[in-house]
Amino acid sequence: MSIGQRSGAAATPAFDASASATTPAEAKELAMVGGVKPRRYGSWYVAEHRIRSMRSYLQTIVATSIGNPLVYLFALGVGLASLIDTNLGPTGFNGISYLAFVAPALLCTAAVTVAAEESTYPMMMGFKWNPIFYGMNAAPITGNQIVNGMVISILARIIPTCAIYFVVMLLFGAVASPWGALGILVASLTGISVGLVIMSYTSRIEEDKGQMAMIMRFGITPMFLFSGTFFSLGQMPIYLQWIGWISPLWHGTELGRVLSYGASEPTWLTVLHIAYPLALCWFGWKATQRVVTRRLNK
Amino acid sequence: MPTSVITANLLTKEYKGFAAVDGISFDVAPGESFGLLGPNGAGKSTTMRMVGAVSTRTSGELSILGLDPNEHGPEVRSQLGVVPQSDNLDMELRVRDNLIVYGRYFGIPRSEVGKKADALLEFAQLSDRAKSKVDDLSGGMKRRLTIARALINDPRILLLDEPTTGLDPQARHILWDRLFRLKEQGTTLLLTTHYMDEAEQLCDRLVVVDKGSIMAEGSPASLIKKYSTREVLEVRFGSERNAQVAEQIAGIGERIEVLPDRLLIYSDNGEAELARITAAGLEPMTSLVRRSSLEDVFLRLTGRSLIE
Repeated sequence: MSIGQRSGAAATPAFDASASATTPAEAKELAMVGGVKPRRYGSWYVAEHRIRSMRSYLQTIVATSIGNPLVYLFALGVGLASLIDTNLGPTGFNGISYLAFVAPALLCTAAVTVAAEESTYPMMMGFKWNPIFYGMNAAPITGNQIVNGMVISILARIIPTCAIYFVVMLLFGAVASPWGALGILVASLTGISVGLVIMSYTSRIEEDKGQMAMIMRFGITPMFLFSGTFFSLGQMPIYLQWIGWISPLWHGTELGRVLSYGASEPTWLTVLHIAYPLALCWFGWKATQRVVTRRLNK
Repeated sequence: MPTSVITANLLTKEYKGFAAVDGISFDVAPGESFGLLGPNGAGKSTTMRMVGAVSTRTSGELSILGLDPNEHGPEVRSQLGVVPQSDNLDMELRVRDNLIVYGRYFGIPRSEVGKKADALLEFAQLSDRAKSKVDDLSGGMKRRLTIARALINDPRILLLDEPTTGLDPQARHILWDRLFRLKEQGTTLLLTTHYMDEAEQLCDRLVVVDKGSIMAEGSPASLIKKYSTREVLEVRFGSERNAQVAEQIAGIGERIEVLPDRLLIYSDNGEAELARITAAGLEPMTSLVRRSSLEDVFLRLTGRSLIE
C-alpha cells in the first residue's frame, strides 16, 4: 500500500453520506426511527453476537456436551451404581436404582457448569480483555440489553447441553417417567440462576486477581459435592445441610428427582424448588444490569 | 430551527467534585469537520463520550440532531459512527464478522449487512483480510477496520477520538486519506487529537481545549493568524545558554518563547531575525525557519507544549 493511492478516487461510496442533506426535522425523525429496532431487538442482537463468538470454541462445546454425560453416567451410573446396587439391590436406593437417583443431579450439574463458564470469563472479557461491551454501547445497545443478550446466549448453550445430556440419560435407562423430560427446563433454570448470581459479581471485577478460579474452587465445586448430588442431603451432618438449602443445585436436583422418578416431598417444598432459583435469577439479573449500566456510563 | 447537528452549551462533567469538562460550549454544522485539540487529560475524550450519548452530563445542555442524548441515547447513537481511542474490535471474531455483528446492532437486516461489510472492507483496503483474525492485523489495519465498523450504519456524524495515535507515519497518511474522503462525501466529523498536523489536515474549525475549558475557537488558519506570527525561527544555543541568550536578544521578533532545548522567535520574517541575531555576534548551534502551526497557538494560549 502506498501513499500514492491518496489521489485515487473510490469507485463507489461504501456508505451513504447523502443523508447529510436532510433538514434538522428530518434528521431528528430519522434518529427516532433509527432507535426503534435496536430498542426492540437489541438484546437479541447481543445474543447473536455472543453465539457467533461461541463458534470459535464450537468443537469444545460439542465435545464436552456429548463427552461429559457419557463419562459421568458411565462412571457413576455403571461403575459406582453397580457397587451400590449390588449391596442394596436394584431398587435399594430410596426405592430406585442409584443411576436413576444420581442422573437428575448430574443433569443440573452440567447446566451449572456451563453457566459458570459463560458467566465468568466472558463478562470479564467484555469489559477488560476484549472490551466489546463498550463497542456495543457506542452502537444503540443499552447496558440492560447487553446483560439480557448475555443471558440469552448462555441459555442458548445450556438448553442444548441439557437436551443432549437427557438423551444420554435415556440411553442409559436413567429416566423412569416421561415427566423426566421437564428436567431439561429445571436444569436450565438451575444453571441460569447460578450464572446470574455469578454475573452480578463478575460484572464488578475491575482487575483479575484469580477471583474466577476462586468461584470455581470455593463456589461451584463445594456446591457440586454438598447439594445432595451423590447422596441425600439428609445423610449429611445437620451443620453441613445448610449448603444444600441455599444451593440452587440442590433445589434443581430435588425437583428433577420428583419429575424423573416421582420422589415424594411436600408440595410447599416443590414450590420452593421453583421459587428459589427464580428469585435468584431476578436478583442476579437486576444487580448485573445495574452494575453494567453504571460501568458503561463513565 | 437549529441548523447545527451538535450543540453544546456550558457542558460539564464532574467526577467526585473534579470537573473533567468545565462548561464548554460549541456548535457543529452539518458536513463540518470539527476538532477538539488539546493535551492528554484536557477533557476531550470525556466530551466525546457525552456527545456519543454514552456518558450522562453533570450539567449544561447538549443536543445531537435535535435530541437530548440523556433522554434518547439509542436514537442518537443510531445516527453516530464512533471510533474510540482504543480499538474495541472483537478479537474472537474474524475481520468481516466484526462488521456484520456491529451492523446488526443498528437493526440492519442480515440480507443487507453482508453486502455493506464487503463494501466497507474495500473502502478500508481490507478486502483481502476479510477472513483474517483481528489479532493478525497491524495497528493501522485495526484502526481502518474500526473506522469501517463505525460507517456500517451510514452515520450522519462520525466521532473520532485520537484516530491516529500510535500509528506510524504511513498508516496515518492512509487513514487521513480515508477520513478526507468521508469529509468530501459530506459526513460530519468530530475528532479529538493532540497532533496539530492532524488538526490542520482534517479540521475546518476547531477548539483548543485545556483543563476542561475552551481556550480559543476558529479555523486552523485563523487561530494561527490570531495567536501567532506567520513564521517561527527556532534557534538552539545549548540547554545551558538558551535562557541567557533569550535575555540578550530581547526585542528581536514579536515574541520569544524559551523552551528547555530551544528558543522560538515569533516573527513574520524569520530569516531577517536570524540575520539580526548573527549580527549581534551570536552563533546558534542550529537554526530553522518554519511556518507557524497550531502547536504555537497552544503554546501561546497555555504556556505549555501539546505533547508533554
